[in-house]
Amino acid sequence: MSSQSDRDAIIGAIRKNLGARGDEPGRRGRVRTRIERSPNGIIPERAGYDLAERIDQFTASLKSQGVTVEEVENLKALPGAIATILAEFNLPAQLRHGDDPLLATLDWSDTLIETQTGAAHLDDATSLSRAVTATAETGTLVLTSGTNNPSTLNFLPETHLVVLMTRDLCGSYEEAWDRIRAIYGRGNLPSTVNYVSGPSASADIEQTLVRGAHGPKRLAVFLVAEK
Amino acid sequence: MQPSSSNFKPNAAAALADSTLQRALAKARSGFQSKRARARSELPEFDALCEQAKDIKNHTLAHLDLYLEIFEQKVTESGGRVHWARTPEQARKLILGICKEAGAHTITKGKSMVAEEIALNPALEAAGFQPVETDLGEYIVQIRKEVPSHIIAPAFHLTREQVEADFRRTHLDLDKDRSLTKPEELVAEARGILRDKFVKADVGITGANFLVAETGSSVIVTNEGNADLTHLLPRVHIVLTTIEKLVPNLSDVSGILRVLARSATGQDISMYTTFMTGPRRPGDPDGPEAYHVVLLDNGRSEMLGAEFQDMLRCIRCGSCINHCPVYGAVGGHAYGWVYPGPMGAVLTPSLIGVHEAGHLPNASSFCGRCEAVCPMKIPLPKMMRHWREREFEQGESPRIQRMSIKAWSWLARRPQLYRRVMGPLIGLLGEWGKRRGNFRWLPMAGQWLKHRDLAAPAGRSFHELWQLEQNRRIREADIRR
Ligand code: SF4
Repeated sequence: MSSQSDRDAIIGAIRKNLGARGDEPGRRGRVRTRIERSPNGIIPERAGYDLAERIDQFTASLKSQGVTVEEVENLKALPGAIATILAEFNLPAQLRHGDDPLLATLDWSDTLIETQTGAAHLDDATSLSRAVTATAETGTLVLTSGTNNPSTLNFLPETHLVVLMTRDLCGSYEEAWDRIRAIYGRGNLPSTVNYVSGPSASADIEQTLVRGAHGPKRLAVFLVAEK
Repeated sequence: MQPSSSNFKPNAAAALADSTLQRALAKARSGFQSKRARARSELPEFDALCEQAKDIKNHTLAHLDLYLEIFEQKVTESGGRVHWARTPEQARKLILGICKEAGAHTITKGKSMVAEEIALNPALEAAGFQPVETDLGEYIVQIRKEVPSHIIAPAFHLTREQVEADFRRTHLDLDKDRSLTKPEELVAEARGILRDKFVKADVGITGANFLVAETGSSVIVTNEGNADLTHLLPRVHIVLTTIEKLVPNLSDVSGILRVLARSATGQDISMYTTFMTGPRRPGDPDGPEAYHVVLLDNGRSEMLGAEFQDMLRCIRCGSCINHCPVYGAVGGHAYGWVYPGPMGAVLTPSLIGVHEAGHLPNASSFCGRCEAVCPMKIPLPKMMRHWREREFEQGESPRIQRMSIKAWSWLARRPQLYRRVMGPLIGLLGEWGKRRGNFRWLPMAGQWLKHRDLAAPAGRSFHELWQLEQNRRIREADIRR
């Protein structure tokens, strides 16, 4: 295994070539400030719209990637909307989701959908996740790992359904990080944070874009307006 | 990978004569350029964001020792381990050790140019492991026993027909009469084959696009989602990366991400951007149980504080490659090592030595497009010139070239003599080439003129014309007075 001496040799070479010792208060201070404050840089105009515009921008951006986007009035109407989409896609009325409290409250009794919970299984056709936040600037969902929304649900099944509360839709990546910092504490992240901006794709053969490489072939997003 | 960069000239000649390669290159190259141009035009802040990205990296490099220490501490706090490797050999040994300890058999790999840099696959195979590339392009080059020809599109040099032939040759369990004429069919077949490997894998190895000191995260960007399955499914995840990938915090990553995909593929953002921070937490139902980061130096610390430091800003977007006329003509394999195109011409001599890679900085027409499209504003042509100077100083360039340059520079430092020698010579060439206007052959320049013509001089040197112009101005001024 690597020894302390390799580490010291690398850090030492860096210091020698930068002409630094490592204990200069000025350098240390600059670094500490930058870590503790993470000051924002340039935020593009397109990342700073108001909510109505953000919704349009987010929807248009995802649709341009072949994503289905449905606006749903409230959580009560969500199971019905999901059932409709599964039927449209010709998929079995089954899905798997995690322990997210919001998903746990959904009442599926008016639909034929059977739900299971936990991490993804290989033969799962459809999964359902809740995005903790999203950014309108590029139509990007932000998903975090854990029992609430196991990360394998984002990648193994061929169809991935994602619920986003409209109130969780941010403009910029930076705002989305602020929300995540508020949940996990500054400087801490869960094991996996996924930005998802479309279904899996590959352009490795003659630069032709083909959807459905290793991850989901289909992505559908449900924007729930409820406050 | 064993470098063959010293063979750039014969490699390039062979590439130009390879009609299949030329067909693949012609199909592939125009797309990237127009997509980047469109993505840039749709983001008014693009140029300002590039300037900012440059500043972020400059700041990080100037404080790299401190950010590395913080990064290591954060990885450890999140339950992961950081390993330091000065050389490719040390990195290979560390990785083999982790794989052995995990009792691994199948090892899935996300695309990693650093893994190519340390020739990881041959080492894993020699130790009895089965490494499987999972990026589609990288998988294709693996079954062809080749190496990537482009840092973001490993199979850039291949046509669909070639991929079809490779799949038929290697996927022998599948129906012989299946249709494989559409890219969709090829992608679906690879998905099926690799799904099985993902499930079997004991260890997953990926690279990283960025390392974030604030949180101890490794960031990886893909369109396929292969890096995510490589990270999430095996028991052990190893991130193999290099020390200059660091950025201070999540705002800094956000800023650079805005120019990365736009410069690379012309997308606003790639389909997946993943922030990996340590192993699964207690109670988590998925994710790796162990998480290692192998930090390789391999010559990078020596680039700091010197003329090639700016190259450490490179985010491997491939834009300079996509816009390089030389790469467009010969493809990536001619460069003979891991990093092709302008970024490779600068980086390769730093990593494997000017003796081995001295030809690469010469593989440039100095058109300057690479620097213009580099989101990190790396002065690539200037750095190639630095390497040419080094190559010259170290006596690596051919004798006849060295002698002519020496003679010319001796002469050029003596203006009187220069004029007296060059004046008649230019007059002579001007007379000689007057009729055709250009030369197809000249003594000692036969090779150089084989593929181009030299315009004949106007018959008068710049000095003479300048003198005439000055005289004319003085006369005109006199008249007006
Ligand atoms: S040198 Fe610049 S353009 Fe080339 S790969 Fe690196 S960042 Fe991209």
